[in-house]
Amino acid sequence: MPELTLKELSVPGHRGPRLTPLDVPAQGAERLIPADRLRRAVPALAEVSEPVAVRHFVNLSTLNHHIDKAIYPLGSCTMKYNPKLNDEVARAPGFAMLHPLQPEETSQGAMAVVWELQEWLKAVMGMPAITTQPAAGAQCELTAILMARAYHRDRGDAREEVIVPDSAHGTNPSTVHQVGYRVVTVPSGPDGRVDMGALKNAISKKTAAMMLTNPNTLGIFETHVGEIATWIHGAGALLYLDGANLNAMVGLASPGAMGFDFAHINLHKTFSTPHGGGGPGGGALCARPELEPYLPLPVLEKSDGDRYRWNYDRPRSIGRVHSYYGNFGILVRALCYMRTLGGTGIAEVSREAILNANYLKAQLSEAYAPSHPGYCMHEFVLSASRQKARGVRALDIAKRLLDFGMHAPTTYFPLIVDEALMIEPTETETKASLDAFAEALLKIDRETIEGPDRAKAAPTKTPVRRLDEARAARRLELSWQDTEADGGAP
Amino acid sequence: MSFVGRSDAERRAMLARIGAPNIESLWESIPKEFRLSEALPLPGPLAEYEVARRFEQWAERNADANRYACFLGGGIYDHFIPAALRSITSRSEFATSYTPYQPEVSQGTLQVMFEYQSMIRELTGMEVANASMYDGATAAAEAAHLAAGATGRKRVLVSNGLHPHFREVLKTYASAGGFEVADLALAGGRASAAAIARQTGEAIAAVIWSQPNFEGIVEDGKLLSDAAHAVGAYSIAVADPVALAILTPPGEDGADIVVGEGQPLGVPMSYGGPLVGFFAIRKADVRRLPGRLAGATVDLDGKRGYVLTLQTREQHIRRERATSNICTNQGLMALANTVQMALLGAQGMRDVAVQCLERAHYLAARLTEIPGISLANADAPFFREFVVRLPGSAEAFARAALERRILAGIPLARFDRTRGNDLLIAVTEKRNREELDRYVETAAQWTRTAAAKPAAEAACRS
Repeated sequence: MPELTLKELSVPGHRGPRLTPLDVPAQGAERLIPADRLRRAVPALAEVSEPVAVRHFVNLSTLNHHIDKAIYPLGSCTMKYNPKLNDEVARAPGFAMLHPLQPEETSQGAMAVVWELQEWLKAVMGMPAITTQPAAGAQCELTAILMARAYHRDRGDAREEVIVPDSAHGTNPSTVHQVGYRVVTVPSGPDGRVDMGALKNAISKKTAAMMLTNPNTLGIFETHVGEIATWIHGAGALLYLDGANLNAMVGLASPGAMGFDFAHINLHKTFSTPHGGGGPGGGALCARPELEPYLPLPVLEKSDGDRYRWNYDRPRSIGRVHSYYGNFGILVRALCYMRTLGGTGIAEVSREAILNANYLKAQLSEAYAPSHPGYCMHEFVLSASRQKARGVRALDIAKRLLDFGMHAPTTYFPLIVDEALMIEPTETETKASLDAFAEALLKIDRETIEGPDRAKAAPTKTPVRRLDEARAARRLELSWQDTEADGGAP
Repeated sequence: MSFVGRSDAERRAMLARIGAPNIESLWESIPKEFRLSEALPLPGPLAEYEVARRFEQWAERNADANRYACFLGGGIYDHFIPAALRSITSRSEFATSYTPYQPEVSQGTLQVMFEYQSMIRELTGMEVANASMYDGATAAAEAAHLAAGATGRKRVLVSNGLHPHFREVLKTYASAGGFEVADLALAGGRASAAAIARQTGEAIAAVIWSQPNFEGIVEDGKLLSDAAHAVGAYSIAVADPVALAILTPPGEDGADIVVGEGQPLGVPMSYGGPLVGFFAIRKADVRRLPGRLAGATVDLDGKRGYVLTLQTREQHIRRERATSNICTNQGLMALANTVQMALLGAQGMRDVAVQCLERAHYLAARLTEIPGISLANADAPFFREFVVRLPGSAEAFARAALERRILAGIPLARFDRTRGNDLLIAVTEKRNREELDRYVETAAQWTRTAAAKPAAEAACRS
């Protein structure tokens, strides 16, 4: 049986936790608010007791795969273990019950946390300016491209284009378009890196910036990044690092030294904050001094005597991108993680992540065609082209993996690899876990030699079997009100 | 300290399997000049108890709402969060999962999204809600973007009654070029429908109004929506989800898009983040909707299940033609909203709203009995927030109130230099009689002793 919806569990009159009765004289809503401004009936929400609500959500939770259960090797998502101390620390009332507009003298501890985190991130990135206001990586990109435009405008320079490699995440071209620049796509060469010839042709005085993911989404380091930076800067443009794959570089290499002018960090990837079923993320955007004036408002400052203040007096700023100071609760967790590991522990992260990826790649590269030969960084891409010839697609392999109690890799991305399976194990998987994952994928490959049926029928051991996505898009049943209007069951 | 489980023997075996002579050879593709030759200039590792101690010290430097009676609002409120909610949202199954790319092993997250969408729809009186946005401010910006796309117009009228930070975020997003922002003046503290009607010069894409508005005043949504429609514009309401338990849903008032900040529904204040924005529309605009959307369907056996749907709107498929660059929803916060609405239920939601209303009015009435203190918007109906005009600097009063363990409110000089004596006070269901009366005593005493001093020139920071 599927878990019922709250609406189906609802019994009129059932109640959860209640309030203390009103201890001031009641006047009545009807006297305080004009009658035509009052809701005619109470909203038709669920009516359940606390135990029923708790069971409902606990039952639902058991239907999820999650990192505390087993490997979650989604490429470019960095699903690493989320240390428990991070959450415990962030739940302290001194952080969780703090209002963002308190007098600054009553929130110095919170500001100190943000400051400390910013200092650590600047050291990791090798860049001197930072904001931690964006809510996620995609919002960092938007912030960055707005900053790039402000930078060019200040120089009286109307630029029109942003260069994006064809292996980039979808957020890159989407962001560029949102800011009103034209996307110029450069292809990847045979080695999986930016095609330097094509790049040379793409760069012009119209180029505002280039967005580069390094290592790229194929898990390959863009070895020519120094040259790319020289060319981009030569045209008066800016080089942006999409930091989605930072887990391959922390403590190993310095994005600042590579010539990046600005770069984002996904705290929920590299710095272990929980992904929360799709959010909250946490974004940080680092920049060179020339771009510092354009950072979003406000910027955190520290004066002598360890006093912190938010500076709003920054006339060249692009403005505010979040209601307050960003996802503070996530910032606390990220700093907690960094503070626990220390500088030395952080450097170990990328080394071990790269080792894990290469170990998996070595085990899988005979059965599955790797997109590119050689060592990879923290992730790699396999093509299910051989399996496709046997009638089994990347999607089927992903579904079959679920039957082993493991999460599937990212599929069909990057777009430039046929039947892509993009695998990022992260450093927190043990050898035993990687062996089990490789064994499962090798077994699935052997099954495809016998025939496609097993993979096509998968998954069979999950809470539901394959779901009809076309039907969902056609019928658009997006709420229980829609279900009721349709006469019940979907 | 490390979260890597690896023995030297395992590392050797792994390198042997790879065929690599040593671990460094794995990253030989990084040119030498970019490699770090030395360790990062950062302190060393610490044990859990040492880390915890440092954070405790930071936390103790903050005057939190557990130790101080919090009367701060402005979109973020100290509402009751049941223990059962914290227990559910801290479960690994919800917290450590990701966007439900594999729906067969993400039915928990997906059904929660579906229930969230259902309850937001009910609360706002709209036809479709998405699975949430970063926060209320960015939701408002995305709403303006949607309206500009749908109407083919660019000019968006934004009420001066909207939270100043929301207005700033709207301006930042507008600078990207999809729409333009123009201010809509207030009349008597309320958004002016007459001012909308006067906008005949240029085509208006949308009118954005706040329910209640930043100073707590309940707006006439019907009047504003009608005025917006009369000039062919979208009516966009930025609503408070707690207020919607008793106020007319903006959907019934004719709003075309309803967005808002979901923090008051079970999300800790957490110094202003993470927050969560809700986003609800009419069905006709569903293909313009930004963000994730869950839909019901069936599996191969005909069993009910849920998937992410209409993904062709989104950046990972549509790339530069996506409706927004947003990648995720604000999953864990939307879960908190869902659990809060489930635990409180319809009646509980109403109780919270009514208690806010009653307690706020009790405090407002008692404060204005003090000679020299008046309401800034005397005749306007308000919900849980109101502005008092003090006989001296509101910042000075707020500082004085700290000594009585009261976070007294938001001095409006922060946003408008000319309003040095105005204080925005929020009262939730948690502020009991003792705290309310302590506030009144504090204000009375301060008024007697300090009121004679003129308002200090307050720093304007908005």
